[in-house]
Amino acid sequence: MSTEVALPVFIPLLAGVLSLMLWRSRKWQRRLAVLATGLLLASTLWLLRSTLDQGYVVMQLGGWAAPFGITLVADLLSAVMAVITGLIGFAVALYSLGTIPDRHEKFGYYPLMHLLLAGVAGSFLTGDIFNLFVWFEVMLLASFALLTLGGERAQMEGAIKYVTLNLFSSALFLSAIGLTYGLTGTLNMADLAYKLSQVEHTGMVNVVALMFMISFGIKAAAFPLFFWLPASYHTPQVAVSALFAGLLTKVGVYALYRLFTLVFVGDTGYTHTILLWSAALTMLTGVLGAAAQFEFRRILSFHIVSQIGYIMLGLALFTPLALLGGVFYLVHNIIAKTNLFLISGLTYRLLGSYDLKKLGGVYRERPGIAILFLISALGLAGIPPLSGFFAKFLLIRAAVEIEAWMAVVVALTVSFMTLYSMIKIWAQVFWKPVPDAVDATRLRSRERDPGMFWLLTPIIGLAALVVLFGVWAEPLYQVARDAAEQLLNPAGYIEAVLGVTP
Amino acid sequence: METLMAYAIGVLFGCAVYMMLRRSIVKLVIGLIILSNAANLLIFAVSGMTRGAPPLIPEGLQLPEGAVADPLPQALVLTAIVIAFGVLAFSVVLIHRAFEVVETDDLDQMKDTDT
Repeated sequence: MSTEVALPVFIPLLAGVLSLMLWRSRKWQRRLAVLATGLLLASTLWLLRSTLDQGYVVMQLGGWAAPFGITLVADLLSAVMAVITGLIGFAVALYSLGTIPDRHEKFGYYPLMHLLLAGVAGSFLTGDIFNLFVWFEVMLLASFALLTLGGERAQMEGAIKYVTLNLFSSALFLSAIGLTYGLTGTLNMADLAYKLSQVEHTGMVNVVALMFMISFGIKAAAFPLFFWLPASYHTPQVAVSALFAGLLTKVGVYALYRLFTLVFVGDTGYTHTILLWSAALTMLTGVLGAAAQFEFRRILSFHIVSQIGYIMLGLALFTPLALLGGVFYLVHNIIAKTNLFLISGLTYRLLGSYDLKKLGGVYRERPGIAILFLISALGLAGIPPLSGFFAKFLLIRAAVEIEAWMAVVVALTVSFMTLYSMIKIWAQVFWKPVPDAVDATRLRSRERDPGMFWLLTPIIGLAALVVLFGVWAEPLYQVARDAAEQLLNPAGYIEAVLGVTP
Repeated sequence: METLMAYAIGVLFGCAVYMMLRRSIVKLVIGLIILSNAANLLIFAVSGMTRGAPPLIPEGLQLPEGAVADPLPQALVLTAIVIAFGVLAFSVVLIHRAFEVVETDDLDQMKDTDT
C-alpha cells in the first residue's frame, strides 16, 4: 500500500469537512487551516521522497486493478506539483490569518480553501481521465464560491465571465472524454496511452486531442481564450487571488503536460505545432496586456497569462531540455507569482489601494518590504542569480538547440517586457513619493501591527525560496531533469499503472 | 437511432452556443444548462446504444451471457449530471446576486472589470 499518494487528497478533504463542522468557531477553523495545510505540505514531501526512491507511486483505489478501478498515481511531475500545492496552501493559510475579514471567515472561507486544495491535489494525482474531470469540478466549485465571497460589484462581473468560460471548457472536456471512451473503451490514462499507441492514428484521435487542448487551454488561460482571467483575478480578497494565481491555471497546464506527453504523442508534428503557436501568442498578448494596466493585481494577472506561455513553450518544443525547463519554470513561477500577489496585499494594507497612481513611498518608509518585492519581481523577470534566470535560460537554450528561432525571439522580447512591467510597479509603488491625496499614516506609523506577522512570514519564506532556487538550483534541476525523462518515456508510467510492458 | 441522436446532440450544442452568445445573463445560464445536457447525451450516444440488454449476470455464472449494454457510460453520465446540477445551482444564485448588485441583466453593461 502506498498511503502517501492518497494523503495529499485525503487531508484537505477531511480538513474541509472538519472545518464545516466547526462552522461556529472561527478560532478553531483558523487553527485547523494552519494545521491541515502544514500536514498537507508534510505529506506531499513524503510523497516526493517516495517518488524519488521508486520512480512511480501507484495506488489502486478499493483494490480494483487498473484499468477497471480508479488509479491514483504520482510520477515526479505530479509529486513536484503536489509539493508546490502544499507549500502554497500553507503560505496562503498563514497569510489568510492576517488578512481575511471576519465576514468572509463567517461565510466559510476556510472550508472552501481546503476543498479547493483537495481539488487541486486530486487533479495532480489521479490517473483516470474522468476522475480528473471530477477533481476539476471540485476545484472549480470551490473557486467559484471563493471568488464571489464578499459579493461586491466587480466580483460579480468577474465571476460571471470566470464561471461561464470555465463551465464551457468543462463541457468540452466532458465531450472529449465521451469521445475518447467511444474510441478506446477505457478511461485510465495509462491504458489510453497503451491502446492509442497500438492503433493507427486516425483523424478522430487528432480531433479529440484538440478538444482536450482547447478545454485545458481555457483553464490554463492560454491564447486566445484567456480573457476571463484578467477580468476576474483582481476582484476577490488578495489571499484568494494569490491562491488562484499560484495553483488554478497551473492545473490546466499540468493536464496539458500529462495528456500531451503520455496519451497524444502519435502526431506531435501536428498537435505540438499548434501548442507552439499558442504558447508564443500567449506570452506576447499577456505581456502587452500588462503594459497597458495601472492596477497592481491586474498587471500581475496579465503576467500570469504570459508566464503560462513560457510553460507551454516547454511542452511544445518537446525535447528533454525543454520539458526540464518547463517543469523548472512551473515551480519557479508558482512561487514567485504567488509571492507578488501576497506583496500587493501588503502594500494594500499599508496604503489602502491597488491603483499604482495612489501608491508610493514604500521604499522610503519600509525598505524591507521593497526588497522582498524586488526579489520576487526580478525573479519573475529572470535576472540572475534568482530562480527565474535558470528557468528562462533552460527554455531558451532548448529553443536554440532545435533552432526554433521564433520561440527564442518571442521569449527574449517578452522577458524584457516583463522586466518593464516590474520596473513600472517598482517606480510607482516603491520609488516615487507618496501622492498628496493619499493617507499614509499607516505606512508611516512606527507602531507594531500584530497582524503583520502573518503577512510577512509567508512572503519572506517564499522570497527565500526564489533566492534559493536561483543560487542553489542543482537539486531542483535534477528533480526537473528526472521528471522530464519520465515524461518522455511514457512506457514507465504505463508499466507502473497497468503492470504490463508495452 | 445513433444517427438521430447525433443530429439531436448537434442541434443541442448549436442551441447552447447560440443562447450563450445572447446578451441576457438568464439566457446565458439556459445556454449552460443545454450545453451540459448535450455533453451528457454525447457520452451516452458515442459509447454505443444497445437496446434491451441490461448488464446483469445470471445466477450462478461469472460472466453475462451474450452482448450486454455497457454500464460505464451510464455511471459517467450520472456523475456528470450530479456535478452539472451543483454547478448550475451555483450559477443561478450567481446571476441572481449579480442582477441585484449590478442592477441589469445585460452583459454589455458588465464591462467594469475588462478595461
